[in-house]
Amino acid sequence: MTTTSLTKSRGAGHVGDKVFSAATLAAGCLILVVLFGVALFLVIQAFPALVASPDKIQGGEGFFTYIWPLVIGTLIASVIALVIATPIAIGVALFISHFAPRKLASGLGYVIDLLAAIPSVVYGAWGVAFLAHEISPAYNWLANNMGWLPIFQGPASATGKTILTAGIVLAVMVLPIITSLSREIFLQTPKLHEEAALALGATRWEMIRMTVLPFGRPGIISAVMLGLGRALGETMAVALVLSSGALTASLIQSGNQTIAAEIALNFPEASGLKVSTLIAAGLVLFVITLGVNMIARGIITRHKEFSGAN
Amino acid sequence: MTSTLTPVRKRSALTKGQLPKAAPYIVLAVALVLGAAILALIGFNAFGWAIVSAILFAAGLVGWSLVVEGARKAKDKLATCLVVGAFLAALLPLFSVIWTVLVNGLPGLLDPGFLTTSMNGVTGAFDNKTVEEGAPLLGGIYHALMGTLLITVLATIISVPVGLLTAIYLVEYGEDRALARAITFFVDVMTGIPSIVAGLFAAAAFFAVVGPGTKTGAVAAVALSVLMIPVVVRSSEEMLKIVPNELREAAYALGVRKWRTILKVVLPTAISGIASGITLAIARVIGETAPILVTAGFATTINTNVFSGWMASLPTFIYTQILNPTSPSNPDPSSQRAWGAALVLIILVMLLNLGARLIARMFAPKTGR
Repeated sequence: MTTTSLTKSRGAGHVGDKVFSAATLAAGCLILVVLFGVALFLVIQAFPALVASPDKIQGGEGFFTYIWPLVIGTLIASVIALVIATPIAIGVALFISHFAPRKLASGLGYVIDLLAAIPSVVYGAWGVAFLAHEISPAYNWLANNMGWLPIFQGPASATGKTILTAGIVLAVMVLPIITSLSREIFLQTPKLHEEAALALGATRWEMIRMTVLPFGRPGIISAVMLGLGRALGETMAVALVLSSGALTASLIQSGNQTIAAEIALNFPEASGLKVSTLIAAGLVLFVITLGVNMIARGIITRHKEFSGAN
Repeated sequence: MTSTLTPVRKRSALTKGQLPKAAPYIVLAVALVLGAAILALIGFNAFGWAIVSAILFAAGLVGWSLVVEGARKAKDKLATCLVVGAFLAALLPLFSVIWTVLVNGLPGLLDPGFLTTSMNGVTGAFDNKTVEEGAPLLGGIYHALMGTLLITVLATIISVPVGLLTAIYLVEYGEDRALARAITFFVDVMTGIPSIVAGLFAAAAFFAVVGPGTKTGAVAAVALSVLMIPVVVRSSEEMLKIVPNELREAAYALGVRKWRTILKVVLPTAISGIASGITLAIARVIGETAPILVTAGFATTINTNVFSGWMASLPTFIYTQILNPTSPSNPDPSSQRAWGAALVLIILVMLLNLGARLIARMFAPKTGR
């Protein structure tokens, strides 16, 4: 019968189809397994530290007393980075999308992307060898003139290896992330909105304030959140730049520490319960960044659905 | 009486109340001169001159515009100044980093034997001699370079098949199923895993399976794969999605099987984008420090076996040479080696980035006719 040859599959091609689709499916599932494994192995290895008697943990007062200052230190460094990076990144994104000459724009975007290509350890080396040294006079000035603010309380660190320096280095590192995402969103602003604003006599800034920024607000928020995720987990810059210590309110003294840097500095020599403690710290960091990233992704997907941009 | 009508050139009513075209240049010149004068009073330096002049320029242009053109135009000028200023401010650290690495790294790189010797047997005593008696600087980055290349190659071998097959599943077989949506979501989540957590995961997994304290190049490669796979999936997925559906349908119409269609039609069409995405992913993980630090340790000898023993890599080499100099009393030789290694690392990353662009251009599908 001729009809069966159309519906019946046979030969090597049939097997190939099965094998190939099974392979792709397996690869996809492997990713889920790996991510599940990340959580599982971290929990297993961290478990001894979570149940150990408090006096065995570093500091002698239990895991939560140990991790608490680190969480605060991580947040301080990330917030400094975002406060510095966000306005500059939005400015750069606007410059590339709406101000720069059209021919230059993509080239300039590539230059900013180069910032993301430089390895983090090189940023750390730059921060400790160049930035910390150059910026310490400014810290002295802040301590002398703004010392009444708790965050600028003196005496300023003589080496400049402070959490503020680390925050500035982190700001440079998250800048390209926030810039490239905001730029994408700004470029998606409906052309008709922009032209309508200009036709009504708006200046370029008024056009941006009335059409581009309102359209891009969810995108900017999620870009900042993704930048936050990066800043929270960034290790080497902080490990090299910050001269760590106990939690202090002053940003221009040495002190404070972040989770990631604490792990990097102590893990290579750690053994026994210390390893578990550090892996537990990593688990805490994982949970925090996971939460931040999921919120950011959630905003992006929700925005995609009703923006009609594409 | 002869009246000659001399044409009077008046400014058009349309351009009345506007600054002359040369206004920015005039203000810039004034700002530069004033800036130099102010800086001369408090001690001149080029960086301060640029900052003061920029502030004077913005203030002058906005003020002039406020007087002549009114508040709305002045606000527009202010916004333009701020936006351009933000861009220039973003370029500062880029140039500063590249300049610092070049100036500090070139002496180290030009040192004979820097690329071909390891740190085996190089102790603080040799560095003290270098500083005090001018003996030649010993030690190099050969072991770290080998380690970086081996770990990265192994990570690429693990990530590319997994990442590419996953991307194919998502685009060709997924069809918006729950599993495909879950994979997309978790790949996004994986993109955000901090690099040190990826390192801890690999370490924890090998501690649990092989034995406590397992630190080899292979563990580091697994850690880097966790960071690399999501990047490969995302970029390959984007590239596969833009392959026109007509190509697939034409192949199906000729009776070609789905897997043959994917291998012979879809992948060759998208290969340029996929290859450049993979190159960018390699460029991203080659500079990762934290995961290697917690998984491969740091060695001073050449180790080309990724499955046993600690392994050095360029980023960890930089890190340890800066943080724990070989000779604590004379850190200069160590920092010279660190900067030399940083220069090599940056050159590698830039070459990979450049390579990605070239690949994208070279293998781009021919779109003649």
